[in-house]
Amino acid sequence: MVKERFTFVFSPDTYAKPITYHLVKDYDLRINILRAEITPGEEGHLLAEIEGEEDNLRRALEFLAAEKIEVIPTTRQVTVRQEECVHCGACTAVCFSGAMAMNREEWKMEFRPEKCIVCGLCIEACPLRIISVGFGGGKAGEA
Amino acid sequence: MAKTFAEINEKIKKGEAVVLTAEEVVRMADEQGLKATAEKVDVVTTATFGPMCSSGAFVNFGHSDPPIKMAKVWLNQVPAYTGIAAVDAYIGATELAEGREDYGGAHVIEELVAGKSVRLKALAQGTDCYPRKELEGYVSKETINEAFLFNPRNAYQNYVAATNSTNRILYTYMGMLLPKFGNVTYSTSGQLSPLLNDPYLRTIGVGTRIFLGGTQGYVAWHGTQHNPQKARGENGVPVGGAGTLSLIGDLKAMTTEYLKAAVFKNYGVSMFVGVGIPIPMLDEDMARFVTVRDREIKTTLLDYGVPGRSRPTLKVVDYEELKSGFVELNGRKVRTAPLSSIFKARQIAATLKEWIERGEFLLQEPAAPLPADATVKPLDVKELD
Ligand code: SF4
Ligand code: SF4
Repeated sequence: MVKERFTFVFSPDTYAKPITYHLVKDYDLRINILRAEITPGEEGHLLAEIEGEEDNLRRALEFLAAEKIEVIPTTRQVTVRQEECVHCGACTAVCFSGAMAMNREEWKMEFRPEKCIVCGLCIEACPLRIISVGFGGGKAGEA
Repeated sequence: MAKTFAEINEKIKKGEAVVLTAEEVVRMADEQGLKATAEKVDVVTTATFGPMCSSGAFVNFGHSDPPIKMAKVWLNQVPAYTGIAAVDAYIGATELAEGREDYGGAHVIEELVAGKSVRLKALAQGTDCYPRKELEGYVSKETINEAFLFNPRNAYQNYVAATNSTNRILYTYMGMLLPKFGNVTYSTSGQLSPLLNDPYLRTIGVGTRIFLGGTQGYVAWHGTQHNPQKARGENGVPVGGAGTLSLIGDLKAMTTEYLKAAVFKNYGVSMFVGVGIPIPMLDEDMARFVTVRDREIKTTLLDYGVPGRSRPTLKVVDYEELKSGFVELNGRKVRTAPLSSIFKARQIAATLKEWIERGEFLLQEPAAPLPADATVKPLDVKELD
């Protein structure tokens, strides 16, 4: 079994497809939707945690590619220019998934992308502006 | 056995001084007791690296030919104050570039320190001795005559912790405060913090030599809003913002590692400033002060959701709690996060320790003490008729 987080990006042509239905029915995947947004007439984003057999997941991703639905693993979404980080901790104040967390032995901020739900709050919170994200501009509270 | 500044300096010159950081001295006191610690240790290094809005730099550009008496000056489109001599200006860290919210004086200062070219624009009325009316071009720390950091208020002796009772996110200089007591932020380095290790400012005064922005600097004066009358705990440590320092140092010698522009969304621009202060172990009283522990340093947790001058105190908390990652509030565990970097503060305390151990940094006895009886006046204007 594997468990991974993805953002699915739907174009105006693909947003109406019952994708989650297919992922569950055809590939036996467990889907936990963490965040979703549709900009009318533009794009849709769906952030979900997917769990299932590795082979099923691989085939599901092939199916999505064939359906022209872009799939972005969340581990590639939020990025921190870590070499510039001063470990102030401002991002950890707003990150409730624990992706930005303070190691309180060394007092260094540690980023664990696999925990990120791409809420975008840390981007606004970082006084050095070294965090960026692709998801819908990363605006907080606009899910 | 009491020691003097001069005796400690002699030891430093001979390479015999025992120097510990404020964290290390706590461990030593735990193991060996206060008396032995007072005798064995000569200097304790303290440090902080937090956003300090009250910062800025004086720049003297040098004279152009024909000369100009600058009346208005912009550096990378950030206005600098020029109501002083012809080519002097003061650029404040929080001044914003015209038409921008995410770039300000702090960024200009950081770029100057980094050795980058900065665009200078100056306008003038033109006078007999200063005929030129306009000037535009690039300057850098190599080309300008002088540049020194002058910060009217830094190194706050303790500060409040902040939270938010409202239903919306508050964007403050204490960072983003999430709705309904969603988080708590705080901004000192606790037991490493300079003025918390010398609560009555016995050894820190006008002329104290310090670590500032990566080089040696000085305490110039007490800082604005200096408030030694603040309520104190039994150990003498103020519970909330009290003493402050005004600091000065050579900007050209500083490094961007310890001077960094900061942007607080919907609040403005500020600057992280790295400050380190050595505290001489004069006697056992000082040993007691420099071994202060996080659990003995208390501060007030304020509700920033109340926009008045007197925000209600929700609770008194100590730094051990704050640094644990959670505080108890209304029967709930609320997440805490720092805004001042303890990681960087440790680096500064360690660097200052090294300088002293190598004999490159001597302690400077203050030329004058900082006022002990100052209070902070609120702004109460006489209303217009
Ligand atoms: S985007 Fe949200 S979940 Fe991800 S790291 Fe930032 S604050 Fe945490
Ligand atoms: S807010 Fe920015 S600088 Fe501070 S710890 Fe987080 S990533 Fe680093």
